[in-house]
Parts: sequence; structure tokens; C-alpha cells
Amino acid sequence: MHVQDYWLILAFFALVLLPAPFLGRYLFRAMEGQKTLLSPIFQPVERLCYRIAGIDSEAEQDWKTYALALLAFTLASLLALFAILMLQGLLPLNPQQLPGLEWTLAFNTAVSFVTNTNWQAYSGEAALSYFSQMLGLGVQNFVSPAVGLAVLVVFCRGIARRSSNSVGNFWVDLTRATLYGLLPLCLVLALFLVWQGVPQTFLEYVTAHTLSGTDQVVPLGPAASQIAIKQLGTNGGGFFGVNSAHPFENPTAWSNLLEMAAILLIPAALVFTFGHYVKDLRQSRALLASMLILFVLGLGLGLYAEYQPNPALAALPIEQVGSLEGKESRFGTTASMLWATATTAASNGSVNAMHDSFSAIGGMIPLFNIMLGEIVFGGVGAGLYGMLLFVLIAVFLAGLMIGRTPEYLGKKLEAREVRLLVATLLVMPLGVLVFGALAVSLEGPAASISNPGAHGFSQALYAYSSGAGNNGSAFAGFGANTPFHNLMIGLAMLLGRFGYILPVLAIAGSLAAKKRAPLGSNSFPTHGPLFVTLLTLVILLVGGLTFLPALALGPIAEHLGLVQGF
Amino acid sequence: MDTQTLALKHAKLNKPAQTSFAALWKPALKQAFVKLDPRQLLRSPVMLVVELTAVVTSVLCFLPNPQVSSGLAVQIAVWLWFTVLFANFAEALAEGRGKARADSLKAGSQGLGARRQNSDGQYQTVAASSLRKGDLVRVEAGELIPGDGEVIEGIAAVNEAAITGESAPVIRESGGDRSAVTGNTRVVSDWLLVQITANPGESTLDRMIALVEGAKRQKTPNEVALDILLIGLTLIFLLVVATLQPFARYAGGDLPLVYLVALLVTLIPTTIGGLLSAIGIAGMDRLVRLNVIAKSGRAVEAAGDVHVLLLDKTGTITFGNRRCTAMLKAPGVADKELNEAALLASLADDTAEGKSIVEYLRGLHPLQEPERSAIKSIAFSAETRLSGADWNGHSFRKGAVDAVLNYLKLGRDEVPAPLAREIEKIAQSGGTPLLVAGDGRLLGVIHLKDVVKPGIRERFAELRQMGIRTVMVTGDNPLTAAAIAAEAGVDDVIAEATPEKKLQRIRAEQAEGKMVAMCGDGANDAPALAQADVGLAMNDGTQAAREAANLVDLDSDPTKLLDVVQVGKELLVTRGALTTFSVANDVAKYFAILPALFAGIYPQLGVLNLMQLASPQSAILSAIVFNALIIVALIPLALRGVRVQAADAASLLRRNLLIYGLGGIVAPFVGIKAIDVLLVALGLV
Repeated sequence: MHVQDYWLILAFFALVLLPAPFLGRYLFRAMEGQKTLLSPIFQPVERLCYRIAGIDSEAEQDWKTYALALLAFTLASLLALFAILMLQGLLPLNPQQLPGLEWTLAFNTAVSFVTNTNWQAYSGEAALSYFSQMLGLGVQNFVSPAVGLAVLVVFCRGIARRSSNSVGNFWVDLTRATLYGLLPLCLVLALFLVWQGVPQTFLEYVTAHTLSGTDQVVPLGPAASQIAIKQLGTNGGGFFGVNSAHPFENPTAWSNLLEMAAILLIPAALVFTFGHYVKDLRQSRALLASMLILFVLGLGLGLYAEYQPNPALAALPIEQVGSLEGKESRFGTTASMLWATATTAASNGSVNAMHDSFSAIGGMIPLFNIMLGEIVFGGVGAGLYGMLLFVLIAVFLAGLMIGRTPEYLGKKLEAREVRLLVATLLVMPLGVLVFGALAVSLEGPAASISNPGAHGFSQALYAYSSGAGNNGSAFAGFGANTPFHNLMIGLAMLLGRFGYILPVLAIAGSLAAKKRAPLGSNSFPTHGPLFVTLLTLVILLVGGLTFLPALALGPIAEHLGLVQGF
Repeated sequence: MDTQTLALKHAKLNKPAQTSFAALWKPALKQAFVKLDPRQLLRSPVMLVVELTAVVTSVLCFLPNPQVSSGLAVQIAVWLWFTVLFANFAEALAEGRGKARADSLKAGSQGLGARRQNSDGQYQTVAASSLRKGDLVRVEAGELIPGDGEVIEGIAAVNEAAITGESAPVIRESGGDRSAVTGNTRVVSDWLLVQITANPGESTLDRMIALVEGAKRQKTPNEVALDILLIGLTLIFLLVVATLQPFARYAGGDLPLVYLVALLVTLIPTTIGGLLSAIGIAGMDRLVRLNVIAKSGRAVEAAGDVHVLLLDKTGTITFGNRRCTAMLKAPGVADKELNEAALLASLADDTAEGKSIVEYLRGLHPLQEPERSAIKSIAFSAETRLSGADWNGHSFRKGAVDAVLNYLKLGRDEVPAPLAREIEKIAQSGGTPLLVAGDGRLLGVIHLKDVVKPGIRERFAELRQMGIRTVMVTGDNPLTAAAIAAEAGVDDVIAEATPEKKLQRIRAEQAEGKMVAMCGDGANDAPALAQADVGLAMNDGTQAAREAANLVDLDSDPTKLLDVVQVGKELLVTRGALTTFSVANDVAKYFAILPALFAGIYPQLGVLNLMQLASPQSAILSAIVFNALIIVALIPLALRGVRVQAADAASLLRRNLLIYGLGGIVAPFVGIKAIDVLLVALGLV
């Protein structure tokens, strides 16, 4: 690694962490309807939205009503998007005359964007019209992270409120998250990207005559706006097939840096939003510390692996300086690994390099990040509520070990909360292991795997992890567009999304109804280094124990085989 | 020797046996096999899974598999059965200690007769077990009281050794705060008419038995929560192991079912799953040995979380028998007038204070006492806080200063100055001034003195260190209350407390989310005891208090709450420590079993065999053996409980994390390696 590599990493952390406290406070105020810098602009729009939709913004919902509203909204979104994708051939803004999608692919894509996964079993420029991209996927790129954010603030309210039956109003939370949270940031980033050279046009694809005398079709489209929100909303679904490795999606070093930072910008800020809700920013710093430890551990191990010479080539008289296989040479090894870590730490899933071509360990890091449930910063809202679930487990153990019935920030954890917690713990093993086992043991679906042996197993494992984890990044090399995988990964995505959201809402409802005990000298502090250590270990232990056998048959076997010359 | 005496003797003989391990392990061993009944194991789902795997493995022993020698399969099956048996043994052992005592008590109550009073006033001998709430029974000297109840008539010395272990008899009498009696205790003098207050199955004795018998025991709330977590972990590992076969097949291998079963059992939290029930029973047994009866486990767990402790002053902080030590007359009142009024106001007063006044006056000089029957007594009520008598057309009242002034419709500033000074002095010295009024005239003041128990100050300091605030509750006036509070070192005082006032205070604390404990013995404490999260009633108090509380202290020592807190904490810490240990163990087990399982598929994974175990077979067997033996090794810890020092939460957690977390990761590496060496040396693999 060179000096500029270190500067890049430093700049990345600065861009993510420095604005976080301010953005976090802004988001808290915005979500609670307090006055913010942008209120004069957005408040009239917000009121207009409520008037049009007939929503009483003062009326609060209990968690069940909230969950029903959320499910209804998701179902409507799903059906609308499915219809758009099936019928795009008949719809306007289709200069390339692209036909409607095959139904399993349409289902998979609709689920993918509604669940904030953005798994893409298609290639954007070859399959989707501008209409589908903008009014289909683009809309979901905004509202699906807004739903995640809404669920998070419900969880925050659950902890902050006392003896309360209500947890907020879904329609209000959804509107505010979109309007105040995502829209302004997206606007700024989109303009920046246009300046850097990302196209934003309705013109049809351009045909160019190359020097070699052949014709090349250069795809265009309204890309900049889509890319801004795909990064900020931890969506990850690229406008073009190869995602942010494409020069039109990610033209310069600056666009690369900002797109990378944009992945974690809101998730990092939300940690502070949580602190404002519970009126204790020390909690935010503790959570952030644990996230940073996990992030740096993953990044460090990944970079180390990527910069190791390939043992298979060791005998050849060449000098190896990091592996560039599968990486965009404009960005190099460090920027690729950094992006891979960030995009899987969050549930983003955009890529600027092909993870399939990383070294075995370098490819395992993104995979393991996803398997942990993407709680290292994580998706907008989804990451932090996932992290808070781990906090509850850690608190349960810590409480017992100091001889008190477990409580977090004064809220007691009882059988009901533990039951719901356990339900969420089962989501990833079900989605990854059970669905994955099905995929590799059936002959037809297993044929989608392009490499033999351990590496091929990693491809399948990655695909189902990405689906169940709502990440959406692809390991590449896995032929995902078959009816079986479209349907199964679609189901995995639904499981991964609602297997968390529903228990989280129920836990929030149950916590909100509880009294909040005062924190005395005999209660356990959840902000010191001791708790950060415990939390980090619990996360690694739960993730490790669940997925070590599968990883042993995938990347670990591949790596050890390479090292030992098998 | 009649049957009753025999039973008592039996109970006494059994006592030393309870603590001896030798007398316990044999029946426990037998119970371990009895408990293999899957219906019994339903209470402990993790062990039920282990038993199922043991059955499956046993069947597999008869189905030859070229990959696994039948010798190995048999050994694995045997050790799986051992795992279940060891867990059962731990539970039986925990039950044994409490059961020995409960059995002896049960034996005592069997065939016990009772003299029940019929509606016509005649007595009829019936079986004690047929007594219902509300029945009246007469108990003579030398007989056992047939059930829990309240003394309606009579006064007697009662030996409660069978329940409390304290051999000195105590006095039980009607009225006042010493009217409750416990079943199976012996009247040693005089007689009592007792109203039964518990139906069969609800008595103190029944509760004691229910606490320590595993099958009847109700799981405590936290135990239920932990159980769910353990089931969750079991399900996760079930998915992990079940999907391993398709994954291995994809890689071109095939894993023998016996090995997968072995992997499953080593991964699921068998250590805590097997010992969870024993921990709970042993905890309750510790409580029983402290002479505290818990009506529910919830209260014991809640005790560890208590923020505020409300203590009735009388009998708790002070000895309670406030005695009259002086009498001072108001200006212009004759000595005789005051003495007579005080005597008449106290003669019909059953309370310790009333009696002490009569005794004081009797000791002063002989008095002419009127016929008791001629006096119309006015009993103390919590509302008026006055007592006294009407006699010959005269009325005499005594009571707290405010109460009497209120009764006389006098303002505080209307009290004659010399008397007011005396009242002040008495109050400031920690005494209780009791005003005496006769025919609507203020006559004088009685000085009641109460002594703070020695050592109580230190106990409160200890409580404070654990983060528990103490609040003294007293009917005294604020001045008196403050003086005693300062002497005893409590944090706060509720003076001139009425039942409503106590209740309000508890509700107010609870509304802030605090956990409130309350110690009390009087009938007027009952509502507060019921409202509090932890209500500790004194056994020698009133039946109403014992009914309302969720803990009863047989020794009637209110500071016992400290010990209950300790037991509650130990219970939770032991569970937490063993859960952490159990899960941390899995790391080493993976390093033992995974390389063994995958050796045929990916030989390069042999690097993960960090312990350098001799062969795949010995690796798998060693892990299973370790998994079973660790349960036995931890039985003493489960029964004794992890000691909890009075330290702040963070250092407690650091210490336990180091011992049980880090220890849980390291211990199996050492243990599995040692077993592997041994198995190879013995030629078992």
C-alpha cells in the first residue's frame, strides 16, 4: 500500500464520521417534526402531502396498526413495481423498445427493490426502460430506505417512551424520512455526480464508430439521480449492469470517494439520531465504537489478503503488487476493498469491483459482513435496528452476569422480548443456510454456479446471503436469472426484510408500554469500553458460530487449499 | 410416644442428613434414570433434544456404516445417554436437599388430627388435611397446630422449630401483631383457638415443598426468558448441522449421521440447559435454608433489582416494644388525675405500648383499678390514631400528638408552653410523646421510648452500597421520626403514615419505574405489602400481612431482605455465567470437530486441528465426552451458586466475563486435548 491509499482511507472515514453528529441531530429533529433548517421549504410540502392523502399527522398508531400500514404500503409498492416491470413495453420513456420482463425476474426485481435489497438478476441498460428505472425502481430507492428509517425510529421511541401504547404514525414517518432525509442529500450528490460526468438524460443510446472500425452502442439515461439515491439509500442497484465499476456510474476518483462515503453517511448519522431519542449520546459513541472495530477488522484483514501475492503464481519470475483481477484499474486494490467492505457493512450492495475475483479471504470479508446481518453501520435504519438487537442479546447476558434481571436503558427484557429476539436470530440461518442448501443440492439450480469446488460454493452462498441479508451485491459468476433462483432469492429477500421488521416493531411496541427504570449505581453502564468489547464479541460469536462450517467449505477451504497447493 | 412426637423427632433426626452429600447421591442417582421419561424432560427442551439424539444414535449403532466403526458409534451413544443422565442427576441432587426436609415435614403432617369447632360450638376430631379456610380449631398444649391460621382466642407458647429451626418457643396470642400461627408447629403451653386461613395445598408447608420439588416448581420469569434463548440457540445449531450434509454433498463428500448428531449435541447449550433447573432449585433451597418462604420465584428475582426499600420502623429498625418511661403532666393538672386517665385509657389496650403504660403505673404506686367489664374500650384505628376508653360517663383518650390535638380541636400553639417544651424534648430524643386527654381536656404526655437495633446502621450502609435506598415508615410525628431516622441512618422517612400514605408512596416510586420492596408485619401493612414488587412479611406478624406478601421470613428478621437480594443475584449470575461458558465452549468444539468432519473432503482444513487431536474419530468422541463431563464438573457450582461480591456492576461483569467467557473459550481446548490423549492411551479409538 502507498501513502495515497492511507489518505484515501482517512478521507473516507472523515467524510463518513465528521458530518454524522450533525446529520444525526437533524434527522432526529426532522423525524419528530421539530423545526429544522429545511422546515421552511419542506413543511408546506409535507402538509400538502398529508392533505392530499387524508392523513391526520397528529394521530399516533400502536405497533400493530403501524405494522399493518407498513405491510399494506409494501404490498402496494410490490404490486405496482411488478406491474411496471411486466408492462414496460407498453409504457412511455422506452427509447430502446425494451420488452416487459419474464414474470419470475419481474417478481425478483420488484421484491428486491421494495425490500431495499437491489439484487439485480438483470442488466440495467439491456433490460429496463427509463420509465421502469425512474418511476419504478427510482421511487422504491427512496421509499424503501424511508421504511427502514421509520422502523428504526419506532424502535428508538420504544426505548425512549414510557408506558405508552403508541409508537408513531407510519405515514408521517415515511413522508418525513423521504422528504427531509433522503431528498435533499440526494439532490446535492446528484448534482455533484453530473458535474463529475455522470449522464442525466432522456436521450436514446448513442452509437459510436470506434477506431477499430466497429460500432459500439453507448448506453445513456437519467443515471446521476438514480446513482445518488442508490448510494445514500443503501439501495445499491446500479443503473448499468456493472454498477459503480461503469465509467458512467463512477467516472472519477472524486465520484468514487463520495459515492463510497455516501453509502455510510446516513447509517452513521442514525447512530446519533438514536442517541438523541434516548437522550444519551454516550450510547451512540459506544455503538459507533463497536461498528468501527468490526469495520476496521474486516477492512484490515481484507486489505492484507488482497495485497498478498498469489501462491499459485509464486514460482513465476514476476513481482506481485496486490491482485488487480476483477478490479477496475482506475480505482486499484485499496479503493476496491474499501468499497467492498463499506457496501456489505451497510446493506448497500453497489460494487466497483467484482468480489468473485477477490482473493478467497478478501471475498470472505464482504460475505461475512452480510452474514452478520449488516449491522456494521448497516442499511438506512435496518442496520441500526439490527445492531440494537445484538445489543439486547449482549445486555441480556451482561444483566445476568451482574445479578440483575436484564434491562437496556431502563427497559426490562422479559420473555416476550427474548422470544421476538430469537425469531430475528433465526432469519439469517434460515435464509442463507436452508435456502442455500436447497440451491446447491438440486441439480438444476446448482448449475448456475460457474466455478467448481469451494469457490463455486462461495458463489451460491454469497448469492443467498446477499438476498437474505437484503444486501443486493453479487459475487458475480453466479447465473442468478433462472426461475428457481429468482423465486427463491425473492423469498429470501422477503424473509430477510420482514423477518426483522415485524419482530422489531413488536419489540418496540412492547418496550414502549414498559416503565423506564431510573439508572442507578447498581445498573450496568452500556457505554463503557467493557460493553463495547462484550457487544463486539457477541456479534462475532453469534455470526461465527452460525456460519463457520459453511465458510469452512467455501472461502476457508479455498484459501487453505491455495496456500497448501491443493 | 404419640405419632405427632414421632414425626417431630423424625424431622429433627433428618436435619443433619440434609447437608450431607453421601445421603443424597444415591436417591439422586435413581432419580436420574426416572427423569429420563420424556414427559419430564419436556421442561428442559435442550436436554430433550439430547435424549432424542441419544435414541437416534442408539438405533444407528445397529445400522452398519462403513465410515463409522460400530465401536465408535456405541461409545458416542453411551456418552449421549450419560449427558442426559448427568443433567438429570444434577437436578435430582438439587431437589434432594430440600426434599429431605419437606418430606420430613410432610411425614409430620400425615395423619395429623384436628379438633374442629362445629357451628353448635361442639368439637369434632377430623383429619388436618380436611380443614378449610375459616374453620375454627382448638389446639391444646403438646399438640401440633393443624394448619396456618390466626389466633382468635387464648395465649400460648408455641415451638416453631419444625419450620424455623429455632427451638426457643414464641408467644402467640389473639389481637395485636403476634396472632399468626403456622401449621405443624407445636403448642407447648396453654391452649389456642385458631381460625384456619389456608386451604389444603396453600399452606406455608405446601409452599416450601413446591419450591424445592422440580416437577411442581414454577419457572421464574427470567428462567423462562433464558429458556427461550436456549431453545433459539438450539434451533440455530439445528439449522447449521442439518444444512451441513447438503453442503458436504455439493463438495463431493458424505458425512455420517452419527458425526452430525455428535456435532449438534456439542454445539447446543447442553451445559446450561442441563443445569438450569438445578440452579433454580438450589437457589430456592438456599432461600428455604435462610428460613425465607417465597410464594413465587418472581419476587426472588425482583429482589436483585430493588431500588427502594420501605421498612416499618417498629420491630424492624427499632426493637418495637416502645415502653413508657416517664409521664409529665400539663400545668394545673394533678398527678393523680393524669395517672388515672392514662391507666383507664390503657387498661383495655392490648398493644405493647398500652401494656407498658399500665405496668409503669403499677410500678409507681398501687392503684385502684376499675373492673375491666365496666370499661368501654375504644380500640385504636388507623384513621383516628387514638385509643382509650369510656368509663362512668368519663372519656379518656391517648394517642399521637397531632391525633389528640385534632380530637381536642386544639392548635399546636395552644398547647401550654411547659408541656410543649417537654413534647419537643421527647420527640428530639427519638422518643414518642403520647398525649393523654380526659373529658376533652389535655392532661399530660407519656414518654414512650424505642431503641434502635444494634448493627442496623451498618446493614443500611451495605444496602446503600448496593444502590438500594431505605425509607423508614412510621406512625410517629415528623420530629420523632427524623430523630430515629438519623440514629438508624435511613435515607428517607414517611412520618405519620397511614395505610393510604404508604400505598401512595409505593405507587409513586413505581410510577417512576422503580422496584420497591416493603418489609412489614402489621395488618395495616398488608395493602402496601401487596402493592410492593417485593413484599417481605414477618412470620410472627399478622396473617393479613403474611397473605399479602410474596416472601415470608420465618425468623421475622426484616434485614433478611439483604440475604434475599443476595440469593436472587446469585441465581441470575450463576445462570448468566454458565450460559456464557456454554456458548464460549463452542469455539473449541468447532476446532475439534470441523477438521475431523471435513478431513475427507478438503484435507487442507486439517490446519484447523489446532489441538492436534489424534484422529477424526478421537476428535469427535473427545468433544462428546468433554461435553458430558463438563456438566458433572459444574454441578457443585450450580448447586452452590456463583458468589456475588458487593462490587460495582462493571467490575462484576469484567470478572465474570474473564472467568466464564475467556475461561469458557480456553477450558475445552485443554479438556478435549486431555481426553483425546487418554482415549488414545486406553485404546478406545
